[in-house]
Amino acid sequence: MTARDTDWDGVRLHVVTGKGGTGKTTVAAALALALAGSGRKVLLIEVEGRQGIARLFDSPPLPYAERKIAIGQGGNGNASRPGGDVYALAIDPEGALLDYLAMFYGMRSAGKALTRVGMVDFATAIAPGLSDVLVTGKATEAARRRVAGTGSRYVYDAVVMDAPPTGRIGRFLNVTTEVSDLAKVGPVRAHADTVANVIRSPQTAVHFVCTLEEMPVQETLDGIAELRKIKGIQVGGVIVNMARPALLAGDLHQAPDLPALAAALAAAGLGDTGQLAADLAAELTEHADRVELQDRERAELDAAGQPIYELPLITEGIDLAALHRLAAELRDQGAA
Amino acid sequence: MSATPPRLEMDRLIDDRRTRIIVCCGSGGVGKTTTAAAIGLRAAERGRQVCVLTVDPARRLAQSMGLTSLDNTPRRVEGVQAGGSGSLHAMMLDMKRTFDEIVEAHADPARAAQILANPFYQSLSSSFAGTQEYMAMEKLGQLRRSDEWDLIVVDTPPSRSALDFLDAPERLGRFLDGRLIRLLASPVRAGRPFTKVINAGFTMMTGALTKLLGGQLLRDAQTFITAFDTLFGGFRERADATYRLLQAPGTAFLVVAAPEPDALREAAYFVERLGEERMPLAGLILNRVHRLPASRLSAPRSLAAAETLEAGTLEPDDHQVAVAALRLHAERMTLSEREQRVAGAFTSAHPAVPVAEVAALPVDVHDLEGLRRLAKDLAGWEGNPFIPSPASTKPVREDGSVLASRAWLAEPQPAEPATRSSMSWRS
Repeated sequence: MTARDTDWDGVRLHVVTGKGGTGKTTVAAALALALAGSGRKVLLIEVEGRQGIARLFDSPPLPYAERKIAIGQGGNGNASRPGGDVYALAIDPEGALLDYLAMFYGMRSAGKALTRVGMVDFATAIAPGLSDVLVTGKATEAARRRVAGTGSRYVYDAVVMDAPPTGRIGRFLNVTTEVSDLAKVGPVRAHADTVANVIRSPQTAVHFVCTLEEMPVQETLDGIAELRKIKGIQVGGVIVNMARPALLAGDLHQAPDLPALAAALAAAGLGDTGQLAADLAAELTEHADRVELQDRERAELDAAGQPIYELPLITEGIDLAALHRLAAELRDQGAA
Repeated sequence: MSATPPRLEMDRLIDDRRTRIIVCCGSGGVGKTTTAAAIGLRAAERGRQVCVLTVDPARRLAQSMGLTSLDNTPRRVEGVQAGGSGSLHAMMLDMKRTFDEIVEAHADPARAAQILANPFYQSLSSSFAGTQEYMAMEKLGQLRRSDEWDLIVVDTPPSRSALDFLDAPERLGRFLDGRLIRLLASPVRAGRPFTKVINAGFTMMTGALTKLLGGQLLRDAQTFITAFDTLFGGFRERADATYRLLQAPGTAFLVVAAPEPDALREAAYFVERLGEERMPLAGLILNRVHRLPASRLSAPRSLAAAETLEAGTLEPDDHQVAVAALRLHAERMTLSEREQRVAGAFTSAHPAVPVAEVAALPVDVHDLEGLRRLAKDLAGWEGNPFIPSPASTKPVREDGSVLASRAWLAEPQPAEPATRSSMSWRS
């Protein structure tokens, strides 16, 4: 364990949601790397069958099994303290259902026969919340799993879940209500209650990934409001992704002095400076518009009152090095 | 070098009266809804009677089109500058109501009431993965059959993967017609030679299902399935008819993607799938492309120039603006080159797919004017609608390498001179 205080000490299950296109999977992976300090072990979970984590880490498709996928962030500048292990797991409803039947009823082979005749489709159609319960159930099980024999030490110091998008997150996490209409009593209901107890505890936090644009910000605010209505759920941080730096004070962006700019370009040895100055000025102005929009949207997010972390746009694309850069940002800003 | 695909000619597509349905598909977060709305608006303003069927529009976009409630009825959009015959209607899909309507259309009132009240039906009609996609198709079929509009633009549901749209109706049909359902619906008949086998399997399955879901739920399902059985033929027929409609020559699929690896990977899957299903693909819309007026200046040269200035200045503030502009430009060029690489990978694999691109906008679109500008851009007005293009620009051919890789985006068009000059920076 690190001695450092972070904003989410005590949280064992980090649920990461966000609107499509905001980089939810990237941020979840960076958070897992950030949490995996020296001697720590973190599990990164994917639930939507997209194999986004495998692609991100350039690894073969993830099975329904916990596999080591990366090494986390090392101790602060101390080369003798390398990072901890990041494991990854892709949960699919079918695997989770088999797991559940095996775990609670010892029915693994019967379960397999059932999946062949369309059991999963059937079970999820008949009780739509069921697959969510099973999937979140697997995640909470991993978060609470203890090392055999010790009875006290957890297997994972933290679990990060790349969760469904913001539009679906309330329903996804509100498992008890989802199944209670259909299963008033019975084993699924009892399971759902256990899962809900973990989701609605201080051990779980739900983070929102967002870009500083109108629609993602609006969806984030709606999502936060929705989760706040579910008793016991802890809304976590808002992680702003792909932010652009301001570069210059606003007025300099908006109305650059063209002759001065052209002169500077000439001084730098560039040709056709009149036209180039005009074109670069247009780019500056567009950037200024975007920065202005970002400021407006950031203010909207601020009003929600959750901690905000900001990750820069990485123009070269996301690879392992970029993930570590984002992870370092998250740690520096106290998110992990 | 990446291949040079043909240019997607939007106006030709929407002006062609034989085009009756345009389906916009693609993965989540790529701007499908906005694109569909923009296409609908442009078609209406060019004289078509258009209905835009949308599934889950952002609030402000919906408001801009006058959609304030989810009422399953096309509403006329005000403020359309349609000369003559054009008009624009828009509607938001209510999937449960659409499902209810099918049930009501195919069952006698007593049976319909029984089905609608069944708890199993209620969860199926409101949350089965695929119901939304199925109902979008159903609604599309209804709108098309009504013949009130001569062009319908559909925005596909926000699903995990673009392929869900094609698979879901089939999946729902397969589910309702599945072996497990058949087994549950028909009481095991005695006296058949294979009864024992079925019986053993059946007992095992109902045992497991009862453990999992409880007995009441299973009984609801059985009641529903028995009641729905008589409807099923009609249900299946409708799905098949709609599917055939999508294969008809009057339909055009547009795959929308952002120039990002994930979105384009989905787009590629979708393009391949459409081919397999013999569904007519009109082209790829590459949304949110970063265009740079000064693209002739490469990233390394821009950075080098910034460093030269910084090294040569006496006062730190001297060339502040120029240095910022050059660094910003270098960063944007890097981004833009990455977009081209990613797009190039798609076009190399699918060289025959026509492509149109839309510039990344600094702000969101949420009014008709914004949609209009976006559509204009989509239709091939070359130049960033949000960057005033210098009128005097002559084509600058300084450094062939960067320009060559953009060549596929700049296929010469029979366009008016103004368009050609604003194209200069990329041709």
